[in-house]
Amino acid sequence: MALVDDRMSVSRAAEWTGGSASVGDYFELLKPRVMSLVIFTALTGMVMAPGGIHPVLGFVALLAIAVGAGASGALNMWYDADIDRIMSRTAKRPVPAGRIAAGEALQFGSVLSVLSVFVLGVAVNWVAAALLAFTIFFYVVVYTMGLKRRTPQNIVIGGAAGAFPPMIGWAAVTGTVSIESIVLFAIIFFWTPPHFWALALVKSDDYARAGVPMLPVVAGPETTRRQIVLYSLLLAPLATAPWLMGFAGLAYGVISIALGAVFLALAVKVWRVTEGPEARRAAMRLFVFSIGYLFTLFAVLLVEHLVVAAGLGA
Amino acid sequence: MADEDGIELTPEQKRRRRARNIAIAAMLVALVGIFYLVTLVRLGGNIASRTM
Repeated sequence: MALVDDRMSVSRAAEWTGGSASVGDYFELLKPRVMSLVIFTALTGMVMAPGGIHPVLGFVALLAIAVGAGASGALNMWYDADIDRIMSRTAKRPVPAGRIAAGEALQFGSVLSVLSVFVLGVAVNWVAAALLAFTIFFYVVVYTMGLKRRTPQNIVIGGAAGAFPPMIGWAAVTGTVSIESIVLFAIIFFWTPPHFWALALVKSDDYARAGVPMLPVVAGPETTRRQIVLYSLLLAPLATAPWLMGFAGLAYGVISIALGAVFLALAVKVWRVTEGPEARRAAMRLFVFSIGYLFTLFAVLLVEHLVVAAGLGA
Repeated sequence: MADEDGIELTPEQKRRRRARNIAIAAMLVALVGIFYLVTLVRLGGNIASRTM
């Protein structure tokens, strides 16, 4: 006798849409590309933090942070399925494409959220776990449910959610929040608006159709371009702070200044070239560069600290 | 009536359900392994540094 009947009894069979999702579809719910940046920045925070953490606990901390970030991505896709369906960039996601039912995404995200916070708290410490819980809450409730559809400042404030991982990584090692981890937070926080607005300039039609009040839709491309330059002016000097404050080396100082200058130059180009395909290209160039910019800054911080640690160990 | 008969899963749906079940099982085994290792690390450290 089969333990489970192959015929599924559901009360309203005609409405049943689930059951056809693959494991890959569920993995896609976790927004793996965002998750990889989260893992990377959290790892940098952990490596830079004073003291040390047992490698097993460090691995578990990274895993919990990654799963927590992925869970918030799944909850975001559950809530945003209606607008994701309208935008070309997001229409193929598992929920709007019909491969996963909205309720399934909600359950998946909720279970993983609770599990990731619990594991981080029990295995590492509760300060890091509380920060992870707050990050998930901030991304899902404050950003996705509160800000995204209401204000053009959505990604400015919501960007905080993406900026927390290095702070969580730092707290996993030290059990505290300190000025250094706040600086790492601030770099990602001020990087987010020019990064997303560069994309929004190109995809503003998409956002307008979906009724998402991104800055180019509400205030127009000119204001957006000015804001991109203003945030870049804040970001470039801020990114040198780890070197100026003495918790990053000369290599980081030189690279952050050089890349900051390129970032600023690309932002000014976006501001000045406002017409035709060249304007679109300038915005896309800034968007792509901004990803490499953040990745390089954190990579240099990571490598510098690993080299110093190896030098001390030798 | 169709609703009372339930839904007959297609072979592809059955294959995917099996893959999902295996993935969940793997996650649970991994979670057990993680808790085992974390217990060893946290408890082991405390035993090593206990006062006699």
